[in-house]
Amino acid sequence: MIRDITIGQYYPTNSIIHRLDPRVKLTGTFLYIVSLFLFDTFYGYIAVILFLFSMIKLSKVPFRFIMKGLKSIIVILLFMLFFNLFFTQGETELFKWGVIRITAEGLKSAGFMGIRLICLILGSSLMTLTTTPNQLTDGLERLLWPLRHIKVPVHEISMMMSIALRFIPILLEETDKIMRAQMARGADFESGGVLKRAKSLIPLLVPLFVSAFRRANDLAMAMEARCYRGGEGRTKMKPLKYWKRDYFGYLMLLIYIASVITVKVLEKTIL
Amino acid sequence: MQIIFDHINYVYNPGTAFERHAIKDINFTINKGEFIGLIGHTGSGKSTLIQHMNGLVKATSGHIYFNGEDIYEPKYSMKKLRSKVGLVFQYPEHQLFETTVFKDVMFGPTNLGLEKLVIEMRTYEALKMVGIGDDLLDASPFELSGGQKRRVAIAGVLAMKPEVLILDEPTAGLDPKGRDDILDQIALLHKESGITIILVTHSMEDVAKYADRLLVMNQGELVMSHTTKEVFSRYKELEDMQLAAPQVTYVMNALKEKGYAVPTDVTTIGEAQQEIVRLFGLTGKESTL
Repeated sequence: MIRDITIGQYYPTNSIIHRLDPRVKLTGTFLYIVSLFLFDTFYGYIAVILFLFSMIKLSKVPFRFIMKGLKSIIVILLFMLFFNLFFTQGETELFKWGVIRITAEGLKSAGFMGIRLICLILGSSLMTLTTTPNQLTDGLERLLWPLRHIKVPVHEISMMMSIALRFIPILLEETDKIMRAQMARGADFESGGVLKRAKSLIPLLVPLFVSAFRRANDLAMAMEARCYRGGEGRTKMKPLKYWKRDYFGYLMLLIYIASVITVKVLEKTIL
Repeated sequence: MQIIFDHINYVYNPGTAFERHAIKDINFTINKGEFIGLIGHTGSGKSTLIQHMNGLVKATSGHIYFNGEDIYEPKYSMKKLRSKVGLVFQYPEHQLFETTVFKDVMFGPTNLGLEKLVIEMRTYEALKMVGIGDDLLDASPFELSGGQKRRVAIAGVLAMKPEVLILDEPTAGLDPKGRDDILDQIALLHKESGITIILVTHSMEDVAKYADRLLVMNQGELVMSHTTKEVFSRYKELEDMQLAAPQVTYVMNALKEKGYAVPTDVTTIGEAQQEIVRLFGLTGKESTL
């Protein structure tokens, strides 16, 4: 039930995407997200989707598994589609019934927003599915490293991030166990109105918070016991190093950006 | 027969890289009023198996019957099943959430939709059954000791008046005294109310002392389902599954090898004592035990 959430989960298999340097994947994901919001033309989206699907194909993560991640955003998605569809001011009226009014502009913006959101979630979950949390924070730390000159606590931020990421699956599993323990006592998390459901979460949240604080405390203690003292002078067990495939990855990214820009420019000039 | 497992299979995450066949073609029956011990190495599928019994985990294939009814029938009420088959998980921290012990134990019967007076009566009774005194009723469940927390967790399930009580390692992490106290209380409960008990544990001494029959799991399969004595007489097989017989069974086997005429199917200290005393009697030496 609760394990259906795939965001932030790692899918272990051996693919070219898995082996890429995390810095390439982070940069790639960032550029990909930027490209999602820069373009709002039909052919532009075809290019974006084509890129996304070829990356999914290369990553060897089963398509069904990635799609499961969408389940968790379905409410937000529907909410957004609803607002875009019915509240966009537009000229070309397609349908009118009482106060309900659908325009071509609204339909277009709802469609684009929907595609954007789905691509955003799929793209970012592809990154976490192919990169272990440790690699991810290592990559982030290295990418942000120059910022330490302007007094940004880069190491501390990345350590906090890696701990937070590490805790996601642990707390999910814990939630699952607590749910089972309470269901064994007749708790019902699924039926009833909003108020009843919110109330039914108390037996779940209290043990979860208690256990989260206990775990955080234990972890801090274990880190202290091993003389953790922050990032100053700390070395890495597996320092990140670029290989040939990583340069190739950057090249592919450049080609992708160039092609999306070309599509946009072409569409503007031809149409 | 109260519980029947008919060709039960369970697969985790089918169709993904995490796929794991956790339960393989399991068949057994449990009669009303039995005291069953469920043993197996870590990861052998014990926990998954017991969660089938109250419907928390649904089998990938197969049927489960409780009191003659198929629990996978669409009309069958899971909520009712869970009140009849009480399951206490290993960590009491996973279920204690209320401000007082009494309120926490009330959670189960309240979910059954009973009258307030009945709920309070059952709560009080359940707390008495596990040996929680009146002085602790208004204490916060988070302030209790490990053993007390476990008792309260067990009471939380008992208050629903289940016909079957499943305990997942109720004594893990307790000191020897706390362990014996809890198990003695469960044995007493079994004797007095005739409730069916299924005890999951790693301690061979515990099941030897209390269980009538043992189910032995290994790598998702049910490999033995016999009386306690019969299972422990096959301790060589148990060792291959990273299990063992009680220490005292080994002592008796060693004595036998040395040429003493003792039976080797002894599983508890009490029996061993009797046998050894008897042996000294036979050889004419004075009993020093």
